[in-house]
Amino acid sequence: MITVNKENFEQEVLQADGVVMVDWWGPKCEHCLELMPSVEQLAEKYQDRIKFCSVDTSGNRRLAISQKVLGLPAILFYKGGIKVDDLSGQDIQPEDIEAKIKKFSE
Amino acid sequence: MMDNLYDLLILGSGPAGMAAGVYGARSRLKTGIMEKGRPGGQAATTDELENYPGFGPGTTGPGLTQSMADHAAEFGANFIKDTVVSLDLSSSPKKVGGKKGDYFAKAVIFAMGAEPRMLGIPGEGRMRGKGVSYCATCDADLFTELDVIVVGSGDAAIEEAEYLTRFAENVTVIVIHDEGKVDANRVSAERAFNDPRLKWKWNSIVKSVNGDELVESVTLKNIKTGEDEEFKTDGVFIFVGTQPKTELLKDVAELNPQGYVITNEKMETNIEGVFAAGDCRDKYLRQVVTAAADGAVAAVAAEKYIHETELWKKEVLDADHPVLVAFYNPTDMAGTEKIGIIDKFVLDHKNFSLVKVDASRNELLKKRYRLEGVKLPLVYLFSNGGLAGSLEDISPESLEQLIQKNKRS
Repeated sequence: MITVNKENFEQEVLQADGVVMVDWWGPKCEHCLELMPSVEQLAEKYQDRIKFCSVDTSGNRRLAISQKVLGLPAILFYKGGIKVDDLSGQDIQPEDIEAKIKKFSE
Repeated sequence: MMDNLYDLLILGSGPAGMAAGVYGARSRLKTGIMEKGRPGGQAATTDELENYPGFGPGTTGPGLTQSMADHAAEFGANFIKDTVVSLDLSSSPKKVGGKKGDYFAKAVIFAMGAEPRMLGIPGEGRMRGKGVSYCATCDADLFTELDVIVVGSGDAAIEEAEYLTRFAENVTVIVIHDEGKVDANRVSAERAFNDPRLKWKWNSIVKSVNGDELVESVTLKNIKTGEDEEFKTDGVFIFVGTQPKTELLKDVAELNPQGYVITNEKMETNIEGVFAAGDCRDKYLRQVVTAAADGAVAAVAAEKYIHETELWKKEVLDADHPVLVAFYNPTDMAGTEKIGIIDKFVLDHKNFSLVKVDASRNELLKKRYRLEGVKLPLVYLFSNGGLAGSLEDISPESLEQLIQKNKRS
């Protein structure tokens, strides 16, 4: 997992080759913290298929809004600098994230 | 199966489940608390929590629930990270199906809580995470310097609206009632009315959430004038009550029309050995303190149930000889004296044993053998695990008849 912020988002996510998954989280979002271990496991498991990044929205609020993230947790998928898919809300389960990753790592 | 066999299995780890865990584990029951995510339940999504007795201002939801989890774990409760997908509560032991495996328990406490209710208006589902939120603590700081509305006027709505003023530029509360009337408690309401940062829209409901990629506005309807108004906002925080997470109990346990589990004062559901506690239960006040209280009651009642079931099984149902069971009422002296006749009878009939049950204290047997309102004392004869006969008029002769009749049949 690469920690991304407003300085390197452009380079690490938008200009990256292939698919990038970005986990948007915040220190006060309980469900984000709950999901985090599973997300890290998934990042390990699929690291050679797609790129994994995470953004702490508490210091990167404007970045979040620019990416249309106004609710946590949010898992966004990018390809060629464009958002291609997303998951958001309190109901996200690790299985949902894995299903999307599989879709993009084919 | 042994590893996954518990005395007490608690489903859900909000304050109700964790209080039940503390009581269950402390009374030496092998106690499991099943939770799909992190412990804490809805309370963990409340930032300020200042009405739990002994924990005043400065207490946070995540902080308090974390200490509850530590407390339960310290006494030996086992946290199981899994999601419940099926229940078989009539089997023995009871079976709880999880995504990762099956779990078995002698008694089950259902404490799955409740979740925010949706308004069910156009745009609400589509804009979830794009401006529509049900959790101020989670999302508030994303709305720094933006405009938000809060829908609802209960405790949660009013308290979370105040919390949002710390972040958002403008916070407008949309209230269905006449000016000055909210459903929240008076302390919170007065504080909110005195807060110049809060704005109010009275007699109003939200008809739809509008926007392309993010929320841009809502359509409000004034229910007095019938007029619609397009109201610009970046965020919509919805606090219009909760709905119980009781889908798994549908058609299994008795629920009220809103889906909350109906229990008695001992948290017993209509299913033997199954209890419910916390916000999922049909009750008057849903707070952390009442959830914890429910959990304590449920765990103590479950412990008593387990003890009574096991004793009954060992001494009566699994006995290798016929057993006479005398149900008595301890306040009825004349009746209780008759038990002496059976004591004497058993001395002369060595192949029988006698179990005395105080019917006023044993709810389980009272229910199972329909003893409510019957004349006591009453004698039941059990043989090979089944009821083989009964007797109301206790005398040496009638007892002799009872066992003779049983021999012949």
